[in-house]
This record gives sequence, structure tokens and C-alpha cells, in this order.
Amino acid sequence: MSSIKDRVIAIIAEQAVLEVSDVKLEATLVDLGIDSLGLVESIFAIEEAFDIQIPFNANEPDQGDFDISSVAAIVAAVTALVNEQKPG
Amino acid sequence: MKRVVITGQGTINALGHDVPTTLEAMREGRCGIGDLDIRDVDRLSVKIGAQVRGYDPGALFNRQQIALYDRFTQFTLIASREALAQSGLTFAGQLAARSGVVLGTAGGGVNTWDENYRSVYEEGKNRVHPFVVPKLMNNAAASHVSMEWNLKGPSFSVATACASSNHAMGQAFNLIRSGMCDVMVTGGSEAMLTFGGVKAWEGLRVMSKDACRPFSATRNGMVQGEGAAVFVFEERDHAMKRGAEILAEVVGFAMTSDAADIVMPSAQGAERAITGALRDASLNPEDVGYINAHGTGTAANDKVECAAVAHAFGRHANDLMISSTKSMHGHLIGGTGAVELLACIMALKDGVIAPTIGYEEPDPECALDVVPNEAREAKVTAVLSNAFAFGGLNAVLALRAV
Repeated sequence: MSSIKDRVIAIIAEQAVLEVSDVKLEATLVDLGIDSLGLVESIFAIEEAFDIQIPFNANEPDQGDFDISSVAAIVAAVTALVNEQKPG
Repeated sequence: MKRVVITGQGTINALGHDVPTTLEAMREGRCGIGDLDIRDVDRLSVKIGAQVRGYDPGALFNRQQIALYDRFTQFTLIASREALAQSGLTFAGQLAARSGVVLGTAGGGVNTWDENYRSVYEEGKNRVHPFVVPKLMNNAAASHVSMEWNLKGPSFSVATACASSNHAMGQAFNLIRSGMCDVMVTGGSEAMLTFGGVKAWEGLRVMSKDACRPFSATRNGMVQGEGAAVFVFEERDHAMKRGAEILAEVVGFAMTSDAADIVMPSAQGAERAITGALRDASLNPEDVGYINAHGTGTAANDKVECAAVAHAFGRHANDLMISSTKSMHGHLIGGTGAVELLACIMALKDGVIAPTIGYEEPDPECALDVVPNEAREAKVTAVLSNAFAFGGLNAVLALRAV
């Protein structure tokens, strides 16, 4: 099974309509052309893929524990949530 | 062109089951938002809403009626009874033929959809009640109003998400103004506080989990409400001749489309609707003393709306009052403009400006007089009511005191 990082990048790449190789870890979502609606859709796709709940309110995207400042930050946040919300 | 006045109003919403109770709650800045009491609430992440409480349909409708009336229709009929009773009108002959109903609702019979999907999908039943379709259709409420009061002219429903009621009342206004009708029963209704109705909104990530705080820097989203408000719009000479009490005059209406984004609002689209309503009403910006804002409490709406108002009114934007009563009755989606028109009429008729409650901290992007937390006494002679829907559809009404 591919790593969390690869799976998150694949989801973001699909949302941004880019090749996986074009989604760099240091990129921001704005760099990748993902708007607020695209962000909400990406978060939904990540929740579905990993069966986790992501605390995210589009009214205050910079607040809360889920850091979306870059692709690397999102990978780290998803990794933390996957470990935290592991069943059993 | 004919002139149009309002000769009746009625409502049921989270603040009260009639107009006097609702207006008292608005004057006192009471909040109708609380813990949701609906099936499967534990599976929702948003667990609050402005629900109609202490409501017993069995006390107001018989069993046959309840089999046909979804909750949104029940709300409509309750509000209509109050409005029509106040107007004192009865409909027969020529007047019946020249009177109709235009009502806004975004979802129609959402409870009926929800209950019957549960029954066929979750419980695996293969049979549903024969009245599911006539109960859930968006025009059910308008049709039942036409039947109960013998209104035989143009009747239809309008669904433009959060602008449905304003679009509906705008149509009613123009039907009378053009001379096509003498009386129109208009407003809107919504009953979307069901598991599916709240879950759908939850998905968009724009809902607050604790409160609706429009224009406050601490705002974190919208809160859904439910209910209805209904008005009797009447041709002015017709109302004067029969000596009816006139609550306010409807003087202008405008609608615009952003043609830009399915959810993000546009300040230009909103501003064009505001200036369009002023022009249609032959009002100068300085005439307007109060605006009932769309004011959803989302980050995006409130700053865009304030920018639109600031731009449309120029320097006068600092002198007018603008409040969002959604902080009290929640966002009634397709019914919201109707309940908010009650606050507009209260401003004109009683000189009381309903507050924006839940206001905690100024937001430099919403630097207008939002009437924070406490109602205010003020004499205003003209008001606007804003509604800006998902899909970029904007509808603004202008009213004047009589």
C-alpha cells in the first residue's frame, strides 16, 4: 500500500488537474490553483480515503488544528489524524 | 404603474409562532438558536439550529390535512392564516380571479423526502404513502394557500436557494404593479432541519457549531433555521377604498446575477441589485435608514455584503443601520427573506431596529453600523432587504413607510 504522503498527493493532484510529479511538497494550494471549493472537496476526498474526520471550517481556514499552509503541512496533519483516529 | 402596499403579515419561526411574539423577540434581541431536537442528531457534527419549538401540528390541522401537508406547508398555512386575518380580505368573483400566491422555498417538502428515503432505502420498504409527491412538491404550499382562500389568479413557487423569498415577493410586487393582479399572498417557507437537510449543509463546511455572529470578527459560519412568513400585498387604491390598515408600501425591487461562481458571492452583483432597487423605487441613497442584511455569518458573505453596501451608498453607508436578524432566527434558506421583511416593517412602522446579536468584536472588513446586540429606536422612512443566493442570484426589495 502506498504511503500516506503519496495518497494525499494523488488526491491533491487530481483536484488540481496536475500530474502527481508536479505537486511539490513545498507548494501551497494557491500555487496549485486550488480555490476554496476545491479545498473543501479535497478535504472530503481525504476523509473518505483514510476514513478520518478532519476538523475544518471554511470560515476560518487558518484556525483549528488542520494546517493547510502547504502540501507538506497537509501530509503531516493527515498522518497525525490517521494515527490519532486509528480504530481500536 | 400601480402602487403596492402590505396589508397583512404572519409568521411562525424559532422566535415565535406569530408576528407579535416574533417582533417582541427581535426587540429584546432574543436568540432562537439551540440544540437540535431531530432524529439521528448524534450522527451530525453540526448539532444546533433555530428550530420551531413547542409546535403541535395536531392542534392546528386534522389527520387528513397532516397526511397532505409537509412541515413547510404547515408553516406556510399558519403564517397565511395570520396574514389573511389581519388583512380582512375574503376572495370571491372578480377579486378571486385577480388574486394569487407566490411563495419562495428552496427545498420544499424536505421532511417528506427524508422520511420516505429512510423508509425505502434504510428500512427496505417497497411501498410509500400515496401522497408523497403532492406533499413534497415545491409548489404544494402555494397551492394549499390558493385552495384555502380561493385565490384563482397566478400562483407559483420560486426556488432560488437563499433568495427564494425575495424573488417571490418581487414577483408578487410586479404582478400588482403591472396591473395584472389586485392582491398577492407572498413570502416563503422552509423546513430543512432534518438529518439529511443538515447533513447536506454540513458537507460544505460553512456551518457554525456554536452560534451565528454576523459581521463580528469572531464569526465562524451560518446556522440553519426553519419557519415561514407570509404577507398580503395589495394594490394601494384597492386597500385605501376598503379602509385597510396599511403596514408599509413596497416601492422597489431588483434582481441581478453574478454569473461568476456557484458559491462565492460577488460584491459587484450584490451592489448592482442594491442600486437597482433604489433606482426602481426612485429613492436616493440618503433616503434609506435601515437595511436588513443577508448577513449569514460566514466569512465570505459578510465582508462582500459590507463592501457592496459601502460602494452602493458611498458616504451615506456610515449613516445608515444594517443588521442581520439571522443571528436570532437563523438562516431560513428559501424562507429567510420573508421572516426578515418582518424586521423591515417593524423598522418603518414601529421605529424599532432589530439588532445583530452575538456580536463580539469589530471586523475592519465589516465597518458599518450593524446595530450590535441591542435593538435601537430610530425613525426611518425607507428600508432595503437584501438576499444573495448560492448560484450568484441577488434580490433586493425596497419598502417605504406610509
